[in-house]
This record gives sequence, structure tokens and C-alpha cells, in this order.
Amino acid sequence: MSKPKVAFFDFTCCEGCQIEFTNYGDATFLELLKHVDVVEFREAMSEKTTDPIDIAFVEGSFSREADRARLESIRERAGIVIAYGECATTGGINALKNHQTDYKEFVYGDAAQQPQLASQKALPISAAIKVDYNAYGCPVNKYEVLQIVFHLLHGKEPVIPNYPVCVECKRRETVCRFDEGDYCMGMVARAGCTAPCPAFGIPCEACRGFVDQPNVRALEKVLVERAGFSQKRAAEKALMFTANELEALS
Amino acid sequence: MTTTARIRVDHVTRVEGHGNIVVNVTGGVVEKCEWQVPEAPRFFESMVRGRHYSEVARITSRICGICAIGHTLASVKTTENALGIAVSQQSWKFRELIKHAENFDSHVLHINILVAPDLLGAPSVFPLVATHADVVARALRLKRLAHEWGSLIGGRTTHPMAIVPGGMAAVPTTKELKKLKEQLLAAVPDLEAAVATVKALAPNVPAFDRPTEYLALSNDKDYGLYDGLIQSVLPDGTKQRYAVEDYRKVTNEFVVPQSTAKYTKNKLSSYAAGALARFNNNYDKLHPEAKKVAEELGIQPICTNPYMNTVAQVVEIVSDVYESLRLLDELIDAGVRLEPLVPPTKYGGGVGATEVPRGILFHEYSYDEEGMCRSANCVIPTNQNHNNIQHDFNELVPQLIEQDKSEKEMELALEMLVRSYDPCISCSTHYLDVKFVR
Repeated sequence: MSKPKVAFFDFTCCEGCQIEFTNYGDATFLELLKHVDVVEFREAMSEKTTDPIDIAFVEGSFSREADRARLESIRERAGIVIAYGECATTGGINALKNHQTDYKEFVYGDAAQQPQLASQKALPISAAIKVDYNAYGCPVNKYEVLQIVFHLLHGKEPVIPNYPVCVECKRRETVCRFDEGDYCMGMVARAGCTAPCPAFGIPCEACRGFVDQPNVRALEKVLVERAGFSQKRAAEKALMFTANELEALS
Repeated sequence: MTTTARIRVDHVTRVEGHGNIVVNVTGGVVEKCEWQVPEAPRFFESMVRGRHYSEVARITSRICGICAIGHTLASVKTTENALGIAVSQQSWKFRELIKHAENFDSHVLHINILVAPDLLGAPSVFPLVATHADVVARALRLKRLAHEWGSLIGGRTTHPMAIVPGGMAAVPTTKELKKLKEQLLAAVPDLEAAVATVKALAPNVPAFDRPTEYLALSNDKDYGLYDGLIQSVLPDGTKQRYAVEDYRKVTNEFVVPQSTAKYTKNKLSSYAAGALARFNNNYDKLHPEAKKVAEELGIQPICTNPYMNTVAQVVEIVSDVYESLRLLDELIDAGVRLEPLVPPTKYGGGVGATEVPRGILFHEYSYDEEGMCRSANCVIPTNQNHNNIQHDFNELVPQLIEQDKSEKEMELALEMLVRSYDPCISCSTHYLDVKFVR
């Protein structure tokens, strides 16, 4: 049996999730290459293909109508499409501009209306094409990505957590950020990252998006009552990584 | 002489982000010769408005997946300048240490995964797994080392966590630092082998000299990777320093009709930033081991061949390892402890700069009395290099025509030139006029 063909594509993003692929070390990476054939990966290779692909990893947000056709052609060629990283799964950090109306003028001044600067709301790629699986996170958890690939190679459904990050902090016995006088989004944030941020002394910013049915009102209340946020700051907190999900809830 | 060439490379491969090359030659005359940047704009300077100072670096880190550590460091330094915060010596050293990790990480990726295939005549690193297994395995080992080195200090390398305004939110234990020291020492043979590989491939580096101005941070103490004043060096060796606050007077961003990317220039028609610019500015401050490697690889200041940027990166990774061994000894000797974050003493505006793998990076913010960001400006190294790349193109293409190169050879020479700058185009997110509100 020939090895499954894997390809990487990027849209509006920092390409950091692709970089994570180079961080496995020689043993894991070379072993992985025994099981898949990487056929296209612009950031790392010049080879290109127009052949069908078994698994397409698509990084980046859908933020320009001009990108729709390229997304559609990837979908047509690919057996499985994985939204790879938070920009692709939810819009990620790019959606932090979605509530602003003057972002183009602010950054580009008088030139804001030039056509090459066209930009719409930053959306997940699922706004343009059907997505089969999501690899969440900013950046992705590279070990979860391996799990997803292994499951797919064995014909199994990947298991993606749908419980909050608080569970993972308890598991690794990290002191709650609120008890350290900080704030945190962990109680509404999707786990699966193993909660590294609170363990390194910073709050969870929900970079993997919300768990299903997040209690956003309670989040705001806790941010005001326990972290001393103003009502405005509490209400705008979730715009950082979860702007599109927040909008969908309201 | 080449009479006709139609070169159109959409989305140059093995670079971070999206760039195009367009060259038209008819009857031996260059009709069009452009380096274009079609990257989707991302509007980070607008995004940070209204965000709390503690969040700003976590947002700007997302500008770039390769220089996330650099964007985080430039951001916290800027915020600290704006809020009147001076961090401890220990925090400073941890930041220098993670700066070296990033430089090493990014350069190892660029030298081994992005450039080496050109020098070995392969389209990417993947065919090299079969033909040059040892080179690939070594590259992956060094890349992994860099990842563990940066992660020990920052929590991870793509969007590090522990670097925050006021200091470090977490610090490794002395035991962990000792282990890192052992890892770095154990990597020296791999490092030496990598230098030998590049030395063997050095004859494949194209010969092309175009003297230009080189800009880098510089100080009297060290190589200036983390901190310093802005310094310019001209091809004749004339140096001048500027305060970081005066970055607008040095970068002089301007718009040209043939490009959407904003250009920069200072004393000459363009300037270069990056490893070669640092090497040309700060050669005297290089670690002796790195100087030895520079000599071995046949590079000396002032080197005016842009393709040699990759060789300068090799010199820098040697410096990164030896400077880090020194920093580790200092930290281990002093004993490490978790320090409380230094709180703000004022709210206002500030500028900060650091060297990232691709060159000098500037951030500027202003904050209101609640510590919320009011405005931001970021001038990114790749943006500063666009103008220099275009000027290189202008001079290189006629030379290639003169040398009777085929279309394919010209295309490869231009792609290799772009790649030698290691451009990070998804970084260079703003191209035109930037409004700054105080």
C-alpha cells in the first residue's frame, strides 16, 4: 500500500503551526516520514502537486474573498481537510480586528482603499469549505497533532477534548491564576493543550477557543469580582482569541 | 547574452510568508524586474488598541511564527519603556539567553532546511532524507535542541509564555540550567559538523557583490542581539549610532509606485538588516570561537555579498552557543530565584528594539492611565530588507543577462537571493502609511 499523501497550505497566519512540525526532533520526524508522503509544503519545499491529496493541513484564517477559490480547489483535491491551528479553526487572533471598523485606515492611512489591502472579517476556513477535523491552538499542540495523524492512519476518529483547561491545571497541580492575583479564561477554554500557560505563570487566554456552551456571563462576573476588571474590560476580554465564537453566542 | 526571459514565481517557496518574483527581458533589455509582496494584511497595530499592557506582547507574538520570541521581547521592552519599568539583572540574562535560542533556532532552520537544498541541488529537504540522511538527522537534532533551549526559558518557542512586562513570569531551576549547559556542550560536535558541511558547500554560494548600508543594534559590551543603540555601517567602514527613539529618522519609510510594500532607506538608496548586517556592524564583539569559524568560512567585514547572509548565520549560531554557555554559568553561579514582576511607575509612550533573526525590529506603543494600549507601530526587518532586495535585483538581473544565463538559471539565482535574506513576509504586515496617535 502506498503511503498517504500529505500537504500543507497557508492562508492568513504567522505559519508558526507549520514550524511546530520541525520541532519533533530527528527520531519522531523521520519515523513520521515512514508513514506519510509529504507532497506539498511551500514553507519547506519547492515541489508542488496538482494530484489528489489524502490529508490537507490548512493553516490560517479565511480573511480575503480572493482566497476562496484556492480553498475550494484544496477541498476538491483532498480526502481529508484538517483546519490546522487556531487561525484556521476559529479565526484565532486575526478575529481580534473583527469588531473594529477603522482598522485599515488606522494601519494604512490614506492608502487604505487600495485593492491589495482588501480584507474582510477574519473567519475560520469552515466559513468557505467543509472541514473534517480541527487541530486547535495558538500554536497547535504538536503531540496532539501526532495523535490526530496516528488515529487517521489507523482509520480511527481522532479524540479532541471538550472540557475546560481548568481540568488540565488540576491534573498537573498548577495553582489557580485567580489565587495568584491574576485573571484566567481557563474555565471556558477548550483543553487539549495540557495547560502550559498557567504553569508558566500567565493566564489561559483560550487560544484553543471555547468549550461547547461556555458560560460567558459567568466568566465576565468572575473577571470583575475576582480579578478586579472593569465591566468593559471583562466584556471585551474574550475578543482576543474567541471573537467569532463570542459573536455566534450573542 | 540572454535575450529573452519571462520569469514569474508566484509565492517563492522555502521562505516564511508569500512573495513573488517578476522579471521580463526582451531583446536583452530588462523591461520589468520586481520583488512583490502579496501577503494578506493582518492589522496587528490596530488589534492591540484597547488591550491591557499585560496582553500586548501575547498578541504581537502572533505576528510571526519564527520570530515569536523576538516580537515578544521587543514588545515587553517597549511596554517597559512606556511604563517606566526596569527589569532585574536576572530577567535581563534570561531574555538574552532566550534571544540566543531563537537566533540559533531560526538560523538552523534556514541554513539546513531552507537553503541547504539549493546548495545540494535538491528541491527540498525531503529528498535529502534518502541522499543525505546524516545532514537531515543532524539538522533535526539541532532544531530540537533549539526548541528545548527556548522552551526551558519561555515555556515554548512558538509564542513563548514566561516573558512578560516587568520580568519573567516563571524561571527554570538551577538543575535545569545545568542540564541545558550539558546539552549545549554535547551539541558542539553537531555544530562543528554543520560548519564543515557549509564550508564544503561554500563554493556553491553565488558570487555577487553590491555594497550597501548595514543597520543593526550595537553596544560597547556584546554582539548586541538583545539590546543596543541603532548603528549604521557603510561599505567604507564609516559607523554612526542613533538612539532607538529616533528609529523613524533612520528607517524613513516611504512608498514607491511599483510596490505595495513600504520601503526604508537611510544614507544610501537602501539598507540591509539581518545576520550579515550584524556581522558587519559588530564583528569586533563576536565570541572568539565564532570569529574562528568566520575565518574558516572565509567571511570578513565588510562583506557585501548578500548571498553570504547564510554564512553569517552560521557564524552567529556558533556565537549563540558560546555566549549562552557564558550566560548559563553566570546564572548558575548567582543562583536562580523567581522574582516578583516590577510594576509600572508611569503610563505613557515608549519605543523598544531588539535584533530578531532577520534583523532589527522596532515596536512603539502608547498607553492610557488604565494601562490600555492607545496606539502601536511595528517596523519589521523583512520590510526594511524589501528595498534592498529590489536594489539587488536591479543590479543582479543585468549581470545574469551578461553571463548568458538561461531563464531557469536566472529564476534560481533570484530565488536563492530572496531566500538568502531569510524573509519573513507574514511578519512584514504593514506596507503603507502608518498613522500614529499620541
